[in-house]
Amino acid sequence: MNDILGRIFSAGTFQQMLRSATPVALAAIGGSMTEHAGIMNIGMDGMILMGAFFAVLGSFLFQSAMAGLALTLGVGLIVGLFFALLVVKFKSDEFIIGCALNTFALGLTGYLSDSVFGASGAKGNPSLLVVRLPFLRKIPFIGTVLNGQSILVWVTVVLMVIMWVFVYKTPHGFWLRASGEKPETLRTAGISPERMKWIASILCGLFCALAGAYLSLGQLSGTFSKGMSNSRGYIAFACVIFAAAHPGKAYLAALMFGFFDAIGMRLQAYVSSELTQMIPYIITILMMIYVVVRQNNRRRAPRKLQGMAKS
Amino acid sequence: MSEPVVEFRHISMQFPGVLANDDISLTVNKGEVFALVGENGAGKSTLMNLLYGIYTPTGGEIYIRGRRVERYNPKYAIDQGVGMVHQHFMLVPSFTAAQNIVMRKEPKKLGLFYDNAEAIRQTRALVEEYGLEVDPTEKVADLSVGLQQRVEILKALYRGADILILDEPTAVLTPQETDELFAVLRRIVAEKQMTVILITHKLGEVMAISDRVGVMRKGRLVNVKNTSEVDQRQIASMMVGRPVLYEALEKTGTPGELRIEVAHLRCLDERGLPAVRDLSLSVRSGEVLGIAAVEGNGQSELIEAIAGMQHIESGSVKICGKDVTNRSPAEIRAAGLAHVPEDRLATGLSAEASVGENLLTGRQREKRFRKAFDFLDRSSVARYAGELYERFDIRGAGVDAAAGDMSGGNMQKVVIAREFNFDTPVLIIAQPTRGVDVGAIEFIHSRIIEKRNAGCAILLCSADLDEVFRLSDRIVTIYEGRVTGEFVTDQVTREEVGYYMTGAREVAQ
Repeated sequence: MNDILGRIFSAGTFQQMLRSATPVALAAIGGSMTEHAGIMNIGMDGMILMGAFFAVLGSFLFQSAMAGLALTLGVGLIVGLFFALLVVKFKSDEFIIGCALNTFALGLTGYLSDSVFGASGAKGNPSLLVVRLPFLRKIPFIGTVLNGQSILVWVTVVLMVIMWVFVYKTPHGFWLRASGEKPETLRTAGISPERMKWIASILCGLFCALAGAYLSLGQLSGTFSKGMSNSRGYIAFACVIFAAAHPGKAYLAALMFGFFDAIGMRLQAYVSSELTQMIPYIITILMMIYVVVRQNNRRRAPRKLQGMAKS
Repeated sequence: MSEPVVEFRHISMQFPGVLANDDISLTVNKGEVFALVGENGAGKSTLMNLLYGIYTPTGGEIYIRGRRVERYNPKYAIDQGVGMVHQHFMLVPSFTAAQNIVMRKEPKKLGLFYDNAEAIRQTRALVEEYGLEVDPTEKVADLSVGLQQRVEILKALYRGADILILDEPTAVLTPQETDELFAVLRRIVAEKQMTVILITHKLGEVMAISDRVGVMRKGRLVNVKNTSEVDQRQIASMMVGRPVLYEALEKTGTPGELRIEVAHLRCLDERGLPAVRDLSLSVRSGEVLGIAAVEGNGQSELIEAIAGMQHIESGSVKICGKDVTNRSPAEIRAAGLAHVPEDRLATGLSAEASVGENLLTGRQREKRFRKAFDFLDRSSVARYAGELYERFDIRGAGVDAAAGDMSGGNMQKVVIAREFNFDTPVLIIAQPTRGVDVGAIEFIHSRIIEKRNAGCAILLCSADLDEVFRLSDRIVTIYEGRVTGEFVTDQVTREEVGYYMTGAREVAQ
């Protein structure tokens, strides 16, 4: 028994936790922006999937992981712009657009992947820098957890802090939040709430592209397989709701997801993998139950609809 | 001395299907309080929204301090010194007062970060300069409506406004808060030479504070007068376009047996916080009991609990002697209650359904409206609806038009017609004339008193204190979910009731 527990709570588990958490965290930080802007973005999964594919494509075409990152950020920008065009400019239903985006991404990346890489998919393309720091190696446990992680794991932490400060400590962050909570307030102050929503959509597109790039270029060598986002966009959305769109808390929620994902992997040695793979999703459902209970106990967190109602 | 500061020249505003402003020319002078009055839909708010740049006029020009307005957007208006306090406050509830006040011109640190200390300091300076006491660090969601209004005014002042537009500012205030607001307005006009434009339909306030008054009717400016040269009756007649007789309503009969008995009622609001706390009241047949309370003090929950739309935690409600605590609305109605809900669009009506269907609601199961195979008998429905339509003087595009397309006053008449025609021994009426024009108010008031005189027990809840005084035989004040006082209407003043509404005084129960 002690042996099992030891393996479950080993440094390897926590190393895996960071790996599982990072793409979800990146998407969740992006999703926090659209959430604050009053846009219900369920299209993150598709955004991640496209991010993953175009990162590998760039890496394959130019034989450079940085080129892959640049290409996928460009595509992420376009996807964010496109999402904003439909949802903000043409005021289409964000739920439908999100669903459509997910389905579209699945089809597009599958088709392009077959055309470019053939049936076996993309493999062995240049992947992003892995950070190994000599001084970390000397620290037991923590060294094992932190060393050998992709550069994006570190970048994610930096971005999380930057977005945290942006949302809660800068005027533009205030306007972003006001654009979701009470857009008329901005309008009467002479600021366009639509502009803030555009910015949020673009940021979300960029963050999801990074999440995708981590999936395809962060671990292993540059690999893409169909549907590799594997519903992480939805998990990220759950993290956003759980964290009330706070980038820092969303990061912690993603870590929690990563932790249970890692434990699930460890448990596969003892229990059927079909069962262990359910763990993160069960945790997600429990998280949502917690959110409902919290809302019932506390004043409801401000959420769209009322704010979006015709004025 | 009268130096023009705002000039409207032949302003027209055409919305799809509605000419909201029709060739309006008006000059407002520096340092005056100008009252703009008119019925709902007369175009007052539209005219002011043009000045604030929310809409672009379809005809004519506006001049501010002699300069023609080039671009119609709020940013331009703000830069020209125009500030507006909207009827529905433009504040972000989760932000602090200071954050709301400095929005768009936030003080910054290092050119990038919000400088909270400086924002608070500047807000405090404004608070001191204008005597509008507000705690800058308090979240707006936690402030009372009166304080939120101060935040709105401070926001306009922070932006450098010297032309201040207030859209129905007193609709949500107690008499005391109204007095305080007016004192502030007088001070800023006298000391700072500011110009105030006040949109209102309370004529008493026009007399109390304004220098001049402009009357609008159906999109036109029909008259501009010095306030000292007219009286309330004249203004009311100009608003409606015919003489208005503020006749005293004739109340007859004496109260009979108990019809509504509410005992030790407790309810929670939608956030799960106590809204009604150990509240008891009773209404007899042939009397109107008016509830006087500032919005959000549990009166809505109380009304909904009696009508079966709100869960009762403890306590009891009896209608005509029958215990209906936590029964369904259908059962409560069967016990003898009809209900005019406070929000006609959310609960009173189905906006998409026709006027006829709305009038029928609640009676669909009656035999006379049914034919073979349980289909609705359209012709008898039409006959019934048409009769009510006539009797309650509903004016619109007929019984087949969508209810939501009518004016607020006519929608309200549809609800009143339907509910009053149930001929129940008990009526609860919430906000009977909110957003209803003067003509329709007279009509609705006399219908209510008619019901009272016929022996109905009526519980009335209204945000309009004048209405509560006009209709009620007795008044109870509610503050934070408790009854703080109970009065016979002609033995109490509005000011006194105001003290009890704010919890400043309380009668031990």
